[in-house]
Amino acid sequence: MGRFVLRRLAITPVLLLGIVTLAFIVARLIPADPLASIVGERQMGNETVVAAARKRWGLDGGVIQQYFSYLRNVFTGDLGTSFRTKQSVTSDLLDRLPATAELGVGALIVGGVGGISLGIAAARRQNRTVDHVARLTSLVGSSLPVFWLGLIVLYVFYVRLGWFPGPGRLPSRTDAPDHVTGFYTVDALLDGNLGLAWACLRQLMLPSFVLGWGLMGIVSRLVRGATLDELHADYVRTARAKGLGEGVVMRHHVLRNSLTPVITIMGLSLGILLTSAVLTETVFSWNGLGSYAVEATQRLDYPAINGVCITGGVIFLVSSLIADVLYAAVDPKIRYG
Amino acid sequence: MSITQTDPLGAAPIDVDSFAVPDEAGRWAAFKNVLSSWPVAVGIGVLLAWAIVAITVPLWAWAGPRDAVGPRLQSPNWDHVLGTDSLGRDVLIRTLYGARESLPTATAVIIGTVLIGCAFGAVAGFRGGITDTVIMRASDVVLSFPQIFLAMAVAAALGPSLRNTIVALVLVWWPIYARLLRGQVLAIKQREHVEAARSVGVPPRRILRRHVLPMAITPVMINATMDFGQVLVLTASLSFLGLGATPPSSEWGLMIDDGTKNFYQWWISLGPGLGILSVALAANFVGDGLRDHFDVRAKG
Repeated sequence: MGRFVLRRLAITPVLLLGIVTLAFIVARLIPADPLASIVGERQMGNETVVAAARKRWGLDGGVIQQYFSYLRNVFTGDLGTSFRTKQSVTSDLLDRLPATAELGVGALIVGGVGGISLGIAAARRQNRTVDHVARLTSLVGSSLPVFWLGLIVLYVFYVRLGWFPGPGRLPSRTDAPDHVTGFYTVDALLDGNLGLAWACLRQLMLPSFVLGWGLMGIVSRLVRGATLDELHADYVRTARAKGLGEGVVMRHHVLRNSLTPVITIMGLSLGILLTSAVLTETVFSWNGLGSYAVEATQRLDYPAINGVCITGGVIFLVSSLIADVLYAAVDPKIRYG
Repeated sequence: MSITQTDPLGAAPIDVDSFAVPDEAGRWAAFKNVLSSWPVAVGIGVLLAWAIVAITVPLWAWAGPRDAVGPRLQSPNWDHVLGTDSLGRDVLIRTLYGARESLPTATAVIIGTVLIGCAFGAVAGFRGGITDTVIMRASDVVLSFPQIFLAMAVAAALGPSLRNTIVALVLVWWPIYARLLRGQVLAIKQREHVEAARSVGVPPRRILRRHVLPMAITPVMINATMDFGQVLVLTASLSFLGLGATPPSSEWGLMIDDGTKNFYQWWISLGPGLGILSVALAANFVGDGLRDHFDVRAKG
């Protein structure tokens, strides 16, 4: 396992360089003056600022030189200044990241808990109603455009039934809790403001459900398949023959083995989750990374687009690395390379 | 190239070459056999129905997709079964016409990714060495991005239009097929019939074309069917975000965006939403059925 982890780690910097390079190439496709987007249009008349930016970003040199100064800046954490917000892209991204992370955690809970329970239920009652419902949930989950699901869910549960609050991270006329983690629910709890924490949790529920549905479908299919395989294994028959209750057999024998692949799929699903988050955040006016990406692309804000691409790539890279390593650690059958 | 000639959905004539491959001799019979499972039959039926609608709708539609036919924002009634939108256009008519934009776009993306991905994958797997490394590392990098981020950046850079949506999606999707086909080629390259061909002096190109690719193509076709739904959804997503089709197009994602702007008029997004859902579900039914039937485990 050690060798596999080492090899996996060794390839990571290469991929990282690839991500940064591809982001650079894509940003170069944008037909806008990079200088104007770096220093801002108002500063374009200011000779010293323009000259400083030119030197700093190597814009007076050729593409190769620009590429290297870009690399130097990116790896020191400088992603330039957003054309739209007039702030450093790095600080913009750090501002927006907790919102997406909070939504992502919500979706992982919905997808993980919902998917695992649905998968187990489907496997135990194979080809019965539960199994069919689980199959339908997963099929619809992978075919439903997440932005349309968001609209339906908002219309039904907010407009019609009034069970859940409308879009946004906070109820209207409420101030955000003091910034500690950036997770509003956690920050409100740290403040000791239980009412606000509950309100923020309620805001979080609908978008988490919308974002988590797709993952729930994937996880439930996986768990169902793995659980069915294990249920037919010899050791399960032995356990039952010993007279163990069905609950004990499930908990101590079957699930230990059938839940291992969930780790990998959860890790790999973060990429899918980020894709859906862009759309979910747009529908739910959620002020996160995804809506930042949408605003940036609509305004051709190229440092911001560049920053969002790099951030998305890095999150994906790190999460699949963790998933691979965890999987190798948990499952003794896995011996890569 | 036999890629375009082998049509898993039925009607199209199958490349004679594929019959010549001993292992796959019964492929046509197998395809007919798949049709007997009801999800596959239903899926193909739905896809065919949408294809017919997309092709023939201008002949029989009772109004154009851009005609204001009634009062604005009218809820569903007998004159306008799915209501009217903010410009008084019939939502049902627009949904039906939308198939003419959404379906060809998704089809073009799938054909583009399969052709480009397979070309790279075949070369990488067959040549090996440095070519293989370069192509595979490039595909790793593209796959390291969450698809939509890269697609959004490319679509934004090129400007919003359905043509650029196709370019952007092909760019983020080809590596999946490159990997899939490379794996297939690597496995088939080792078989005896390839060795035999090589030993009698068949040139490498011909070995690849006649002895390797025809056997590698089944999983690719199945994967393409399964991906169709996802591609359709992603196409609509880009339009929804304002990076794909532009008004007054009736592309489904753009229509749903219009529905967001008139949030309380739920019927505006109902038609296009059901359109996407039905096509994507149908494609998944067919893909799942084909996969179970051929038991293809090599995915991704």
